[in-house]
Amino acid sequence: MSPLSRREVLRSSLVSGAGLFIAFHIPSKARAAEAAAPKKPPPDPNAFVRVAPDGSVTVLLAHSEMGQGIWTGLAMMVAEELDCDWSQMRVEHAPAAPVYAHPAFGIQMTGGSTTTWSEFERYRTVGAMARDMLVRAAAARWRTDPKKLQTAGGFVTDGRRKLSYGQLAQAAQALSPPRSVALKDKSEWKILGKPTRRLDTPEKINGKAQFGIDVQFDGLRTALVARSPVFGGTVKSFDAAKAKAVPGVEQVVQVPSGVAVVAANFWSAKLGRDALRIDWSEGPGASVDSSALLQGYRAMAKGSGGAVAAKKGDADVALLAAKKRVEAEYDVPYLAHATMEPMNCTVKLEGNRCEIWAGTQFQGMDQMTAAKIAGVPPEHVTIHTMFLGGGFGRRATPTSDFVSEAVHVAKAAGVPVKVVWTREDDTQGGYYRPLFLHRIEVGVDGDGAPVAWRHGIVGQSILAGTPFEKMMVKDGIDATSVEGVTDSPYLESVGSRRITLHSPRNPVTVLWWRSVGNTHTAFAMESMIDELAWSAGRDPVEYRAGLLKASPRHLRALKLAAEKAGWGDSPPKGRARGVAVHESFGSIVAQVAEVSVDPDKSIRVHKVTCAVDCGTAINPLGIEAQVQGAIAYGLSAVLYSELTLKNGRVEQSNFHDYRVLRLDDMPTVSVHIVESDAKMGGIGEPATAPISAAVANAVYALTRQRLRSLPLRLA
Amino acid sequence: MKLLVNGSVREVNAPADMPLLWVLRDLLNVTGVKYGCGMAQCGACTVHLDGQAVRSCVLPVSAVAGRKVTTIEGLSPDGTHPVQQAWAEIDVVQCGYCQSGQIMSAAALLAENPAPTDGDIDVALSGNICRCGTYQRIREAVHRAAALNKRVQR
Repeated sequence: MSPLSRREVLRSSLVSGAGLFIAFHIPSKARAAEAAAPKKPPPDPNAFVRVAPDGSVTVLLAHSEMGQGIWTGLAMMVAEELDCDWSQMRVEHAPAAPVYAHPAFGIQMTGGSTTTWSEFERYRTVGAMARDMLVRAAAARWRTDPKKLQTAGGFVTDGRRKLSYGQLAQAAQALSPPRSVALKDKSEWKILGKPTRRLDTPEKINGKAQFGIDVQFDGLRTALVARSPVFGGTVKSFDAAKAKAVPGVEQVVQVPSGVAVVAANFWSAKLGRDALRIDWSEGPGASVDSSALLQGYRAMAKGSGGAVAAKKGDADVALLAAKKRVEAEYDVPYLAHATMEPMNCTVKLEGNRCEIWAGTQFQGMDQMTAAKIAGVPPEHVTIHTMFLGGGFGRRATPTSDFVSEAVHVAKAAGVPVKVVWTREDDTQGGYYRPLFLHRIEVGVDGDGAPVAWRHGIVGQSILAGTPFEKMMVKDGIDATSVEGVTDSPYLESVGSRRITLHSPRNPVTVLWWRSVGNTHTAFAMESMIDELAWSAGRDPVEYRAGLLKASPRHLRALKLAAEKAGWGDSPPKGRARGVAVHESFGSIVAQVAEVSVDPDKSIRVHKVTCAVDCGTAINPLGIEAQVQGAIAYGLSAVLYSELTLKNGRVEQSNFHDYRVLRLDDMPTVSVHIVESDAKMGGIGEPATAPISAAVANAVYALTRQRLRSLPLRLA
Repeated sequence: MKLLVNGSVREVNAPADMPLLWVLRDLLNVTGVKYGCGMAQCGACTVHLDGQAVRSCVLPVSAVAGRKVTTIEGLSPDGTHPVQQAWAEIDVVQCGYCQSGQIMSAAALLAENPAPTDGDIDVALSGNICRCGTYQRIREAVHRAAALNKRVQR
């Protein structure tokens, strides 16, 4: 259904009495941090919640459910204000339409751990608006003052009589929406703040949940695309004879990204693709070598130059004057997101319409990009957001890579196609967390406190070359390259400091990877702080607490994690603990990791004790899941995952050589939520950031080997 | 070729070497079984073959003729297998993509070993990758399912 036709359906539902829907205007209020976001489009009334005569309440989700639990969290917001029973709640992904633009970013998308806080007002408000209309409908029925009526469990009552929301839905839809509504005080909450189980569980445990890759309809073909073995390469020529001879293969078509084999099913398409012979024009991508890149990055970090990201005093002079100097380099490799569901996208072109089925985090961008390729207006591009089999940033590409490629294939083939990536395609297909290097030199005073800090960061910019460059790269500084350093509370008290950034370019495509820049900045910062503590002969928790005196939220989280981990007690024999605390996406996470080392020198993480301050906690059960999951995601990169390139080719291809965390590696993670009235932050990503340093610091405590490269490998 | 899938006889016209996974997904529209790696590394494609957990992505369809194939859709008629109940109770799922495979692996484990230890669970489920990192709750849910099973049997 297109956004337009969906609206038509909603409008007709008004006429036919199918229930109540709430038109809603985007609140002008956005977080201060997003002040730079573009001006919101004029409000376009649309549906966010539907109350049906059968009593069901359907929430239209403006964002994508990729495991992070907003399917449940946003429904909780509506249910709370609507005073309905939790069993009445249903959820659907909203279509792609301007009214569903992200309240802070101005374009429909899911990312940056922003959904819960950015929708806190909007989704509660639509719930309250619906409640107000249902109450007024009941008041009219009973010829009484709405103020005398109460609501609970999906009913309106005057104390004597009661009417269900389903019974009132039709009458309520005839009323005008309220101009303003009062939202409940936190103390009145019955649903928000309470551990609440997921609404999407039933379909995800019986095989019925529909992911993008599950889309099937008559006439749909499956396509696999042979892409360049090096980044930026193009097709010189190809021979499709053998591919076309494979049973089930119907067409072989060239598209900008390579050669697509269109077949009756995946297996035929795969065999067909294996049989293709392609001569590639590889271009400069063929010379990319990740170890040479790292060497070059080291030289860059040591040299002068680079864009200045932050500066106070004269760090050079202060370093020379300092009692003692501690210096170190930290590096992290390219990483694939490795979502369990490989990239895929289904496209049907018909007349002047383009219909897309995909698990995407970026409907707004995908719609515009697809429109250009299909040659239709954006409003003629319908996007059916399917459940995402993991996102982690990979499904929010500013280039709409996997969506635009599928539109190209559908256009070239002239039939509806589902383009599916193999795991190998996914692993070698780019959009990686970029390789990064940090060089840090710190001058300390007699007590071991930092007084001078010179910090060079080198790595590809995620935003360079994208439509967001203009908005988010200022004076050569991509904010996502330095987040977690320039805003570090540790640096506040350092008298002289200079943070510089080099953003070298190369053909490898890079992207945000769960917690983005913090994946490397938290590793570098929290490792260096730990090195300073040990160098000063101080306890790592106590040393951090000394530096964080002016940051009460950090301090509270740090102390809570340390206390719950039994930081002062000796760990079990053969184990040691390490700590890290880091703020990202508006939330503070402190972690204590307890590790041992196996005889074969592999590192085993037994326990992670985690304290989080994410401001108001909407669903503690979901927060616990996100923190456990974010730590597991981070641990893959701490212990195993690494992509290397030689002669432009990625050397890893599947889970056998791009290893990720498995069940037997999973530590026991305990999550402690700090009671907090701070402004709400995110929770999907923040717990990924500090785990690398917490583990590296524990390994140091155990072995006295300071590991400064990820994944961690003991000598 | 005749296949026995979730209790029904299904006729398919597939090359002998086509993996069971793609026969199920693309020819029979049984899509609860998932593609994750194609080389028996991730477990997303786990189904039961005569009650044993197998990776359907590397199993040629010719090898399953006449044998009983059970997918997540056929594990229970109404989603109430003890493993599914435990999964719901412990709130295991996140994105959900790997969970069909996780549940099939767990169900096969419990059928053989009604009271698995953590070590048993490690062995049986370490072949199933979850990128959302639901492992801790999976472990808890397997223990919970074992307890539910016991109750049912009494």
